[in-house]
Order: sequence, then structure tokens, then C-alpha cells
Amino acid sequence: MNLAIKLGWLLLALLGACSLGVLALHRGETVNAFWLLAATLSLFFIAYRFYARFIADRVLGLDSTRATPAILRDDGLDYVPTDRRIVFGHHFAAIAGAGPLVGPVLAAQMGYLPGTLWILVGVIFAGAVQDFMILFFSLRRDGRSLGEMIRAEIGPAAGIVAMIGVLMIMFIILGVLALVVVNALAASPWGTFTVAMTIPIALLMGLYLRFLRPGRVLEVSAIGLVLLLLAVAFGGKVVADPAWASLFTYDGKSLALMLIGYGFLASVLPVWLLLAPRDYLSTFLKIGTVALLAAGIVLTLPELRMPALTRFVDGSGPVFSGALFPFLFITIACGAVSGWHSLIASGTTPKLVANERDARLVGYGAMLVEAFVAIMALIAAAVLDPGVYFAMNAPAAAIGTTVESAASAIARWGFVITPDALVQAAKEIGETTILSRAGGAPTLAVGMAKILHRIGGGEGMLAFWYHYAILFEALFILTTVDAGTRVGRFMIQELAGLAVPALRRTESWTANLAATLLCVGCWGWFLYQGVTDPQGGIHTLWPLFGIANQMLAAIALTLACVCLVRAKRTRYLWVAAVPAAWLAICTLAAGWQKVFSDDPRVGFLAHARRVTDALARNELIAPAQSLDAMRAIARNDVVDAALAAAFMLLVVATIAFGLRAMRSAARSSAPTSREMPYVALAEGGS
Amino acid sequence: MSAIRLRRLWQRAAANARRVLGVPDYDAYVAHLRLYHPERAIPTRSAFFAEREAVRYRGGGGRCC
Repeated sequence: MNLAIKLGWLLLALLGACSLGVLALHRGETVNAFWLLAATLSLFFIAYRFYARFIADRVLGLDSTRATPAILRDDGLDYVPTDRRIVFGHHFAAIAGAGPLVGPVLAAQMGYLPGTLWILVGVIFAGAVQDFMILFFSLRRDGRSLGEMIRAEIGPAAGIVAMIGVLMIMFIILGVLALVVVNALAASPWGTFTVAMTIPIALLMGLYLRFLRPGRVLEVSAIGLVLLLLAVAFGGKVVADPAWASLFTYDGKSLALMLIGYGFLASVLPVWLLLAPRDYLSTFLKIGTVALLAAGIVLTLPELRMPALTRFVDGSGPVFSGALFPFLFITIACGAVSGWHSLIASGTTPKLVANERDARLVGYGAMLVEAFVAIMALIAAAVLDPGVYFAMNAPAAAIGTTVESAASAIARWGFVITPDALVQAAKEIGETTILSRAGGAPTLAVGMAKILHRIGGGEGMLAFWYHYAILFEALFILTTVDAGTRVGRFMIQELAGLAVPALRRTESWTANLAATLLCVGCWGWFLYQGVTDPQGGIHTLWPLFGIANQMLAAIALTLACVCLVRAKRTRYLWVAAVPAAWLAICTLAAGWQKVFSDDPRVGFLAHARRVTDALARNELIAPAQSLDAMRAIARNDVVDAALAAAFMLLVVATIAFGLRAMRSAARSSAPTSREMPYVALAEGGS
Repeated sequence: MSAIRLRRLWQRAAANARRVLGVPDYDAYVAHLRLYHPERAIPTRSAFFAEREAVRYRGGGGRCC
């Protein structure tokens, strides 16, 4: 490195350090988003240039002369050596979902600083490391999946543990994400109309692709996109008519039932009709909107109105309960570190990578971009007036159901907002109320509207941008729900097939319908529990989702540790072991508190006790409206506690299996990893 | 820039955009078959597309949260 380049990196490091200093020490009314962007970008460039390269060269030993599975098994279909920029785009589109948008918004209740620091540190030392390492290990193992690698490197029992873990996460993810959509659409006819319109639009696209122009994915996506924008633009006019409005106005319960039915249909219908076209559409919308939001933030450089820290770091927050440690670290999962990515990094991605050296850009780089998306979500939440933020995210149990009760509750927390301002905020975005719209999506949509209307359309376009943002989130959440239900169904059939081979036959309609019903039933149960939960569902379920996702990350990083020890790279074990240990500590601490904490706001069992004690006295705890509803709440609490306990057991079991595998590998004097033998790349490439 | 070159550029960009979505390139597959497996029948565009779409949603990690 010559002197000028060295100086350049030094300056970048100084910029990053100064920006972080401004963010941490600033105590004025507002702070500009510029400092957040500058800190993020400079740290990411430095991390990519130095830490990711250290991992590539020293820890893993990427070898540019070694043929990858895409080269060795090139079949023009699944295994295709692909330009690294395209693999990067493909991988990013597969890992980026609603997770990095929701978590940071919820975590903003503690102020912008804790979330920012965890996203930055978490992604650099845990999230991107996990994605990169799992991708690399899969590349060296013929593109095998996470489950297959765990079976081969740690043992068959660990493989089954991981398989059950993945299935459980799936149900929770689908239930929670569906709940985010329900909370965004409840009593919002404009939002419901536009999201409902995506179904006929997708059907139209599916038929077009099947019968008119097979394979013309791009032109059909362009048509779909135009129709979608028309649906958003005219949605406001359609629902201005009370007759139409009543047709699209539903409460949470009916929306939940509709979504459950829809999820069932979408996953048994042929994929070409509904699922695939929606997936294409949502991928384009996702990439386009992320780019649009980045442009909006960079061009307008908004002021952050949320303080750096709020009093809720003590664990008394209305959005989720529990202190900063461990709950911040499970609330922001995707964006900092997401176990789910390990499934994608060992799924289609390794079958496309043309050279091992590309794994740094694809594995580490794509995760940095996802973290940047999370930072943008945090900015969008912090741009809001804190009073509006808490009105939108606190459950009815905390702020009541009128603007007056909400304003006075929020004033008690130290944030000033008038009832009129809350009415006005709803009116501005074309809604009747903004109270208790927990789940992150509506908050993010308001924040995005506040940013985007300044580069497109002015005040009059706030309502358009709000509903556009809701559509954007709902569309790709629903795609995840459809595709996830299908994947879940295949996983159930595979697991059940271990016992009854007939259930494995994916062409049998009986087996299909039974497995689909079971899958929909499982996530639908969480969804229904969420909409009937007086705490607002997200408050209860998001921590469970976070624990589950971080548990999977701990499992994936344990696999990475075992692979490093087996390859005799023990001196670099800390690179995977430190984040694995941290995630294990966070999930176990959070799981323990969720089960056993005496605080009924945090512990499921303590909450269940409080409800059953009241039941014994024949007493109602508001806002529950009947004793039956209270019995259901207590029952849900017990199931949730059992689930949290199961997650803890899965983590402990995997780590124990991992330690055993490492001990026996360390005893052997030669490397014991199950890598495929070295094959040199043909001269001049293929 | 000639019209032919522009057209070719556009086709490449379109194929790349499809690959980002996870839709493999039909022309590349046909070229692959001709080169390595000349004995195999070449599927029609719609058969190829339908088969790939069915495989895509058969399992694996799916989409992320």
C-alpha cells in the first residue's frame, strides 16, 4: 500500500470515529442523519477492506486457483458460474426482507444510539462473518446445505436438532411477519385495497407468463409494477367512497383469518399462477425502494428527532419489555446478524459462485448492505417526532384508544405531543388513526413518507408515499409467507417421512394438503394469538422471533467453529467463536428472562400467573373483555414459555455437540474436515 | 453504437436482471446443451421456464425474513 492510499484509509477512519463521537455525545434537540450515514459507510468500507480481507486470506484461506461447485458441476441450471456482481445481487435479494426494516424501528424506543452501535458492531464481527464463513464452507463442500454440513461435521443428532430449530423459526417468522401486515392494514381501507389488488395483478402476470409470453419475466414485472403504482394512486380515490371503503375495512381478527386462508391457497395453487409472479414483482420493488430510500436520505439529510438514549433502556419500554441487555441484541436480529442467512448462504448462492475469491463480496459484502438497510430503517424511525413514534408503537394497554389518553400517557414518559397533532399526523397520511400500529411497518412507512415526499411531490404526496411504503413492505412479507408456507410444507413432509414414508410423496395430494394445513395451522396460531393479545402481539412475539433467529446464528457459527478446528485453523478460532459465544449468551439470557422473570411484563410464566390469579378472583384485567379471553392469554403464555425454553435447549445441545466434535478433531494430528478434494481451475478459466 | 450492439447489450442486461431474480438464462442453457450434451433434446422456452419455476419453490431456504 503506498503512502497516499494509507493516508486515505486513515482519513476515512478519522471521519468514522468523529461521526460516531458526534452521535454519541450530541445532546441537542436534533442531530443530522449525515453523521449516522458517515459513521456507517466509513466503518463498512474499513471493515470490508481490512477485516473481511483478513478473514479471506488468513482465517479461511480463499484459494483463487480452486474450482468451485459451479465450475465442477456446471449444468446450466442449478450450478452456473456467474459474474460476482450478479451473484451479489441475487444473494442480497434473497437475504433482505422485512426483518432489517422492523427490528431497528422497534429498537428505536431506546433511542437511536444503542441500535446503531449494535448494528455496526454486530454486522462487522458477527453477521457478515457468519454469512461469509457459511458460504465458504458450503463452497468447499460441493454446495451442501447448512443441515447437511451440520450432520457431516458435528453429527447426525446435531443435524436433527438444527432441522427442528429451523422449522420452529419458520412458524414464528411467518406468524410474526403476517402480524406486521395485519397491524398495518387493520382499519386502513386504502392499504387493504392496494394489498388486495396485488392478488389479481399477480394472477394476471402468472397467466401472461404461462400462456402469452413464457419466460419474459422482465416485461411482465414492468407491467405489474405500473399496475401496482396505479393501485396505490387510485386507492385513495376508491376508498373515498364510503361504500367501497366499507368493503376494504377490516379489524385485525378478520384480516388474520383472511391471511391464513390466503396463505393456504397460495401454497397449494401451482406456483406459476400466484407465488412466482409475486416473487418477481416484490424483488424488483424491494431493490428499487431500498435504492429510492437511500437516495432520499442522502439528498435530504433529515434531522433525527429521537434522542440518542431514552429512559426505556431500563427495560420499561412500551414497544418491547426488557432491559438493553439482552433484549436489544435479539430485537435487532436481521440487520446485525441473522441466522436465517446461513440457510441462503448454503442454498442457491454457493451453486453460482465462479471463484472462491468472490465469496468475500457476496458473503460479507451483501450483509453489509443489509445492515445499511437496517440503518436506513433506524433513520426513518428517528426522523419522526418521538411522540408520534410512541403513539404508533405502544399497545392500547399502555396508551388507551383515544388521542387524548395517548397524548397524556406519552407526556408521562416525557415526550410532548398534543392530541391535535396525533389527529393531524393521521390525516396527513390519509388514515383515520395512527394509534398502536405496532409492528414497525407503519412507523417506517410514515418515516419514509416524511423523507420521500421531499424529493417527490411535496406535502400533497405524503399519503401516496405512506401507502406506497405499506404496499412495499406488505408485498414482500406476503411473498415470504407464501414461499415460506411451501418450504415449511416440504420440511414437514421430510420430517414426517422419517416416520411414515408415504407422507414424503410430494405428488400425493393427501400428504400435500395435510402438511400444508399443519404448516399454516402452526403459523396461523401465532398470528391469531398476536391479534388477540392485549399487549399487541408484536410486544410478545417479536422477542420470540429474535431469540429463534439468533439461536440459528449461534448454531451456524458453532458449525463454523467446528469447521475451523477440523481444518487445523485453531489459531483463528476466535473469529467465529467470539460472536458464537456472544449470541449464545444473548439468546440464553433472553430466553431465561422470557421464561422465568418475575416481572409479568417480561416473563411469560409470571404473566400467566398474574392472569390466572385474577381469574381465580373472577376479575378482568383490561383490555381483556371476557374470562375466556383471559384463559386464552394464560394458555398462550404457557406455550410461548415452552417455546422459549425449547430454543434454549436447542442452543445448549448444539454447543455441546459442537464442543465434542471440536475436542475429537483437536486430538487428531491431521485435518479432519469433510472438504471436497482440491481440483484446479482450468487454465484461462472456463 | 450500432443497433445490433445496443440490442446485444440490452439482452445481456436483461439476462443479468433475470439471474438476480433467480431465473436461469434459457439461451445460455441451450448453448450449454449444444456444447456438452448434443445428444439431449432441447426443451422449448416455455417448458424450460415452467420446469425451473417448479424447482425453484420446491424447498431450500426460501426467502429471508
